[in-house]
Parts: sequence; structure tokens; C-alpha cells
Amino acid sequence: MAIAELEVRLLLEAIFDRYHYDFRSYAMASLKRRLAQACDSLHVTTVSGLQERVLHEPESFSQLLQYLTVQVSDMFRDPGFFLALRRQVLPVLATYPSIKVWCAGCSAGEEAYSLAILLHEEGLLDRSIIYATDINAQSLRMASTGVFTLERLRGFTENHRRAGGKCSLSDYYHASQDSKDLVIMDASLRRKITFSDHSLATDNVFSEMHLITCRNVLIYFDHALQTRALRLFSDSLVRGGFLGLGSKESLRFTEASEQFTDFSLPERIYRRKAS
Amino acid sequence: MTRRFDLVVIGGSAGAIEVLGKVLAGLTDRFSPAVAIVIHLPPEGPNVLHEVFATPGSPPMKPAEDKEPINPGTIYFAPPDYHLLVESGRTFALSQDDRLHFSRPAVDVLFESAAEAYGDRLMGVILSGANSDGAQGLRAVADAGGMAVVQALESAEMIAMPAAALEAVPDSIEVNVSALADLLRTHGVLNDR
Repeated sequence: MAIAELEVRLLLEAIFDRYHYDFRSYAMASLKRRLAQACDSLHVTTVSGLQERVLHEPESFSQLLQYLTVQVSDMFRDPGFFLALRRQVLPVLATYPSIKVWCAGCSAGEEAYSLAILLHEEGLLDRSIIYATDINAQSLRMASTGVFTLERLRGFTENHRRAGGKCSLSDYYHASQDSKDLVIMDASLRRKITFSDHSLATDNVFSEMHLITCRNVLIYFDHALQTRALRLFSDSLVRGGFLGLGSKESLRFTEASEQFTDFSLPERIYRRKAS
Repeated sequence: MTRRFDLVVIGGSAGAIEVLGKVLAGLTDRFSPAVAIVIHLPPEGPNVLHEVFATPGSPPMKPAEDKEPINPGTIYFAPPDYHLLVESGRTFALSQDDRLHFSRPAVDVLFESAAEAYGDRLMGVILSGANSDGAQGLRAVADAGGMAVVQALESAEMIAMPAAALEAVPDSIEVNVSALADLLRTHGVLNDR
């Protein structure tokens, strides 16, 4: 094994042992790039140097964690996906007395709020609960406040419209009292979303879901972890429940494809098989 | 004996599409290495390069997918708005990590990861382009024992990218468009059947 790869493996073992974050089955090529960036920002020259820092200075671990986990997302990212949810999936979910949605890998909450808005616009939010999970505590704290910059939210307006938005996105947020550049998502949306810590690598099923979205998360996992996560999704979904992936993710190269049927292949929406 | 490669990585931006059209048109299904291509395009654009370049008799062309095994003789294109990487088990990976040189996909990301995975079984080719993306990647290809190839400046519509690559890897092989097509055929077409 090349030294660089050995150093990465040792670091990931150390992080797992010491901090119980499991990155050991992350896709290696992009992980290596992010570790190289972390080395630069923490002023160490090797991944072994990074290991010394995170073991002896716990505060530097939280810095490293931002490199390993933070993914930036947009509201109503890939509007076609949300349009397909609106037109094809929500009418099916509407037949259930109550609806549970799991947004796995929610980062700063963009997608969770998008789902809440979508459910509201289709008249389903009152009987829905959205679980939004991530492993990054800092992201979860940010997400649960519902605070975004005005500039970013304005940038999401066009996405919302293309996703079939029924009114202006600005109807769903109001100005923060702290800063004119910040806005807060409406409490009516926030109270329907439960943000919590959950790891697709180490945690298990926590509720029965009707819709799971996990977009641009699986690309960072290796094949084994991808298989674990998809198994977890299949075990969490009701029969006929829906799974939405990122626009360049698919079940093609996994064994999990046996547990799902294609629902909307262009939008990467799958359905758990009935039996 | 002619040197053989398992993978050819190609990167370019402005001015690279026409070059690629000519070069890929010269390949047939007897071309044995896999080819992975990053071209800088707008993030919102459609995922259609494989349709643009396909001609009757050309090798199979498709967008690269996450976790997809890299098959010999197939030409893969990075999808818009994703970095394309090569894993050590010779599969593709996609990521949405930060842009590099304002670009996603970035040539450096593909080349550096491919150099680790393929070592001296890799050829890296930098075409016309308007920024310095790819220079560091081509350096990694050369350092890992791969062959570094750069489009000759006088044949490039935009020289920033090939010029940066030449500065990073001064002993790169410089080729014009027709010489590049010949070079690929020389190293990639199996004659002995």
C-alpha cells in the first residue's frame, strides 16, 4: 500500500476510535483531495501530521470535520426533481393519513426546507413530519435556526418557480432582526422539521418513512457503505415508499437495485418493492 | 515495442471541442484503452457530449457514472457540474466538491486521481483552453510515470491551458491535431489479431 493511502487509513481509524465518526468507507479519491485541503488550512504537511493534530488538539478535529462533511446545497436544486415529487409522488403520499419524510444528509437544511414548502403547497404539510439528519452538528445547528442569507434565498427563487412553485419563495421567510442581510424561514415550516444527528455509516432505522431523499451523499461513499445506506433506506421505507437520489446517482452499480423499482429514472426516483 | 496504455485522460476548455471532434473521429472500435474526458462547460448544460461526438464505427461513448467500472475501449465524458475522479480499483467516482480554477469538472481532479490509479499505464492530454486547469494534473501524470501530451500552441485556439501545462511539464510531447490522432492510434490500436 502506498504511504499516502496508509496514512489516510490510519487517520480514519484514529478518528473512528477517538471521535466515533466513521469515514473509513468513504470514496477514497475525493476524500484524499479534501484531506489535502485540510492539511493546507491546518498548516501540516502530511496526513500523519493531521493525525497528530486531531488526536492531541480536539478543537482541530472540528475544523477537519468541516472539510470531511460539509456539502453545499441549494433550495429546489434540480427543479425537475422537485417537480416530479410534486406531480407524481405527493399525490401518492396524499393517500396516507400521515406522511413521514426523511432527508438524509441534510447539511444546512436547504433541501429539508424545500420539501416542507413543497408539502405545504400541496396541502400536505399539516399531516407530515420531516426528519432531517446529518453527522455534522454544526450544520444541524445552523439548519434548525432556519437562517439563510437573503442573497442566497433570492438565488433560489428561480429554482422554486421551475419546480412548480405556487407563490413567491419570499412568502416563506422574513427578515431577521439581527441583520438586514439575513432572513429566517417561517416557524410554520421549521416546526414540521426535526433536525437530528444520524450516521448512515453507523446508525440504524429510526422510523417508518414514506419518502426518503438522499441526494449527492452516496457519491461520497464507497461501494460497501453505499450498499449499507441503501439497505437502511429500504428497511426504513413502507412498501411502495419512495427514494430520491441525486441527479448523477443511481442504483445501477449496487445490489440494492433488487429492492427497488424505477419510478422516474430521469429524476432518479425509485420505489421500494411491494414484497 | 510500442508503449501501451490502459487509460487516456483528456482535458480542455475553450477551443477543445473541435479538436476532440477531429481526434475522436479517427478512432474505431479497435482502440483499446479507455478514454476519460473533461471539458469545461456551463454547469446547467445538458449531459450530451457523448452524443455530439459519436459517429458510425466510433468506440462506445457515454457519460461517466459514479462507481462505474472503467471498461477498455470506451470513451467517457465528465457530466456537467460534477468533478470526475478515478478510484484505485479502476472505477469512476463523481463529486460536487468545490470548483477548482472556477471549474467543475476540473481537469486537475481527473488527472491527479487517474495518475494515482494508473501510474505508467496512463496518457494525459491537454488541449486548447482558456485557463491553467490541467497543468498540475499533467505534472502528476508525468510524476507517476505516465505520458504527458500537450496540444502544440500554434494549433491551439486558446493557448493559456496548453501553455501552463508545458510550463509545468516542459518535456511533454507537443502535437498538432493530426499528430495527436496518429499518436493515439499508434499507442492504442491493437494490430495483432
